[in-house]
Amino acid sequence: MSEIAKASATKAGPDLRVDVMQSQLGRARGLGSAKSGTHHWWVERVTSVALIPLTIWFVIVALRLVGHTRADVAHWAANPINATLAAALVIVTFHHTQLGLQVVIEDYVHAESLKLPSLLVIKGAAFLLGLAGLLSILKLAFTG
Amino acid sequence: MTNPRDALTIARTSDGRLVRRPLSPHLQAYKPQITSVLSIMNRMTGIALSVGTLLLVWWFVAAASSDSAYAGVSGFMRSPLGLLFLFGWIASLWYHFCNGIRHLAWDAGMGFELPTVYATGWAVVGATGVLTVVTMIAVVMAL
Repeated sequence: MSEIAKASATKAGPDLRVDVMQSQLGRARGLGSAKSGTHHWWVERVTSVALIPLTIWFVIVALRLVGHTRADVAHWAANPINATLAAALVIVTFHHTQLGLQVVIEDYVHAESLKLPSLLVIKGAAFLLGLAGLLSILKLAFTG
Repeated sequence: MTNPRDALTIARTSDGRLVRRPLSPHLQAYKPQITSVLSIMNRMTGIALSVGTLLLVWWFVAAASSDSAYAGVSGFMRSPLGLLFLFGWIASLWYHFCNGIRHLAWDAGMGFELPTVYATGWAVVGATGVLTVVTMIAVVMAL
């Protein structure tokens, strides 16, 4: 069911007119121009909440490991709890990073020919770096 | 529409009506304030932290690779450039951490009164300074 509304702004003058051929339900289902509603915003918040304890944990751990040998780091990562939290840190960090950088690009890169490649490079780099960190942690966890 | 510039001022209300909204002045027309400066710093530290993840991944990959690779990343962190990198990373991390909590409080609907916004802003600046100095001292002592 679609409703045809002649919408004209009260203060915009008589020359400003548009035909809206969409029902109210259709507008709501469309979830706005980005087609995903508040999903991006919400995931940014969820990851930031997760990063609060993970960051505190990682800073304490990093300060204990800095200056030690590779064998000490491997020994530390052999503990499943350490490896789990380190893997979670890497995953959540890069998810939050690519969400944030996406907004920066969308805000400042206006040329469509540059915007899409920039987004692809950022997302690809975040994915590969995150994967590299994750596989390194797993290798340390399994083989030392 | 008589003037093409009008297209920039036309927006749509939530019920679909078109309205003419005023354009805000360009950013450079404003005097820097604690609110706006801290806001853009949140974004700048976020970008800095993205660069900082390179060192994080380098460290994990080196630890999983070989003793010589690990010696390489340790040597970088002890070098003057590495220490500068670490300082920038740590300062950005604590700023983004503290101001991020401030943002989450706003998202929860708290702390919108102007005196509160100023107070939490300065609290973020103070906490970032203290945490950065303490962490940096701990890093230099451990390296």
